[in-house]
Amino acid sequence: MKQWSPYAVGVGIGILSWFTFLLSDRPIGCSTAFARTSGMIERLFRGSKVAEKPYYALFAPTVDWEWMLVLGIAIGSFLSAQLSGEFHMRWVPGKWAAALGYEPVLRVATALIGGIIMGFGARWAGGCTSGHGISGTLQLAVSSWVAAICFFVGGIVTAVIIFRLIAG
Amino acid sequence: MFRTLHSKDGVQLVLGLLMGVVFGFLLQKGGVTKYDVIIGQLLLTDFTVIKIMLSAVVTGMIGIHALKSVGLAQLHPKPGSLGASVIGGLIFGVGFGTLGYCPGTLAGAVGQGYLSALVGGIIGILIGAGFFAALYPKLDAGILHKGDFGELTFPRVLKVNQWTVVIPAVSVLVGFLLLLEKAGL
Repeated sequence: MKQWSPYAVGVGIGILSWFTFLLSDRPIGCSTAFARTSGMIERLFRGSKVAEKPYYALFAPTVDWEWMLVLGIAIGSFLSAQLSGEFHMRWVPGKWAAALGYEPVLRVATALIGGIIMGFGARWAGGCTSGHGISGTLQLAVSSWVAAICFFVGGIVTAVIIFRLIAG
Repeated sequence: MFRTLHSKDGVQLVLGLLMGVVFGFLLQKGGVTKYDVIIGQLLLTDFTVIKIMLSAVVTGMIGIHALKSVGLAQLHPKPGSLGASVIGGLIFGVGFGTLGYCPGTLAGAVGQGYLSALVGGIIGILIGAGFFAALYPKLDAGILHKGDFGELTFPRVLKVNQWTVVIPAVSVLVGFLLLLEKAGL
């Protein structure tokens, strides 16, 4: 089946979170892995001095459980897409092309800028849509409910500006 | 019971990978590794993202608190503050709306063949995280701790048993999902 019910998928992710707590004593999260990778890349250029940066003293630039989780997401998505014939290489997604035209350079530049802002914001907030949005809210953490609501407020306003004002 | 397993680093790396494969498989099957579905949620025309997230939260919330009650799991609530969670959350949101993926679904989008996720999104998020690491000492000395509320959970704020919060929270979230369905969204 190409697509499953969102409720079946959500319940599946919820059950997966039981196992990450039970077997790994960790909540599902993704954005720290990107920060660690950024540190690993910086280390290639600047050597072991990178480990002395206060941020990397907290989040060492090494491969850990969460880093493997993020790698696994790409593999799992690839497998699922292959099984249902949905794997296609493409530069410009449909909704973007319909609103803003098929221009790969514009789309990639926007994605790059969006990625920079999101990577910065995820570390500022201490988590992302997985770490705060799912794992934190299910633990009833105050920080996560506040952050998750702000993720969507910022996201909705930005998407409306791009699609309704700029493209509209 | 699982303490020894938790401390086995090599096994944990394999478990992380396997759990990630399951997570990525589910995200793709749910459609949220696609730009169009995520941007549809942010434009409030497609509620797939919220349906997946809230049903995961409901399922997870019941299970994790049950595991905690019998001593098989411990919570790891993240610390936060108004300066970190509100401002960081809003910055994240601007990036989320511009890129059209969050960090987890970005990895899934790469796996599904979205080249702008790989060339734009992944490189961008690494640059953004690097910027933050560079600015961290300054931010940590100021704004990140404005209005600090620490590693708080709602049951602790309200000084009640966890189920006193879990049961109403689950009811409200399920009620919200039923309303979404009733509204045909």
